[in-house]
Amino acid sequence: MHISSWVIPAVLAGTALYALLRRIDGYSALTEGAMQGLTVMVKILPSLIVLLSATAMLRASGALQWLTELLSPLLSTVGIPPETMPLLLIRPISGSGALAVGGELMAQYGPDSYIGRVAAVMLGSTETTFYTVAVYFGAANIRRTRYAIPAALTADAVGFLGAAMSVRLFFGT
Amino acid sequence: MALTCIWTGMVLLSVLFGIGNGTLDNVGQAALEGASSALELALGMAGAVCLWSAVMELMRQCGLADSLSRIFRPLLRRLLPQGSRDKETLSAVSANVSANLLGLGNAATPLGIQAAQRMAAGCNGTATDELCRLVVLNTASIQLLPTTVSGIRAACGSAAPMDILPAVWLTSLLSVTAGLAAARLLQTIWRD
Repeated sequence: MHISSWVIPAVLAGTALYALLRRIDGYSALTEGAMQGLTVMVKILPSLIVLLSATAMLRASGALQWLTELLSPLLSTVGIPPETMPLLLIRPISGSGALAVGGELMAQYGPDSYIGRVAAVMLGSTETTFYTVAVYFGAANIRRTRYAIPAALTADAVGFLGAAMSVRLFFGT
Repeated sequence: MALTCIWTGMVLLSVLFGIGNGTLDNVGQAALEGASSALELALGMAGAVCLWSAVMELMRQCGLADSLSRIFRPLLRRLLPQGSRDKETLSAVSANVSANLLGLGNAATPLGIQAAQRMAAGCNGTATDELCRLVVLNTASIQLLPTTVSGIRAACGSAAPMDILPAVWLTSLLSVTAGLAAARLLQTIWRD
């Protein structure tokens, strides 16, 4: 049994017990949270449909394979599996687009394959950079963003490199 | 607007390659299949996403997010020395970080925006070094449990959807460190 088998049961039981001790109305908090989760799913579904449709077209036409082969020498040199290239391109721009592309990679190569795991770790440890920068600076009325975008993209690049590296470290290829 | 261009580009490229490779039939078919597989993916992961969102909301109501945010205050005081002189900014930023850690995106963004607005007062539309650091902190994902991703993995039939946890933690740590280090470096060499 892998140690990660403990994560879900322990978090669920621990939180429930702690809530009971603090005399929180746990059940209504849970349903409230589940409702928020449902709202999020409904909100991302339209873009998921539209973007997965375009991704599937790219793959069926052979364009995705051509793009992957074009960039694969570059990605292979730094140790990133070239198959994840579409995910790298869309990750900083669109959150639901990245979910669509990442989900497709996991479905195609298997969630427990090397490529599937790298895609999952990439999704789990990076953010929709351009969207976040736009939201924060937009709300704070900042027009000159100076070095914020290059610094944030550095974090993304290291996240992509680190995802491939750490999956090799913990699971091998 | 960016996404409009991307989508149009993707479709045009597919059609061009479809004509060139003689795969146009498949391209049309794939458009419909892609749309229905989006719905399958969403249905497959919706249960897990909602359950985690429920547990995280319970954690928030238990005061766990507040305890987490107290842990981060000393660190944030060093990262944002000027901004954290203002008590409300500091409490907004630390609540923002702890909401991010718990994966409460809906709660994290308004808190972060509130902090950014207070920090931006009187800077005439130019981002200060500390504002850049706040944004980098929010564009680098720091999440204790990658719940959405584990939902997708479960939907795809993974044997242990959470087994990527150590890899995600290590990667997030590397990524946020690199982002903040890049900000420090750029701060000294950036010419406006």
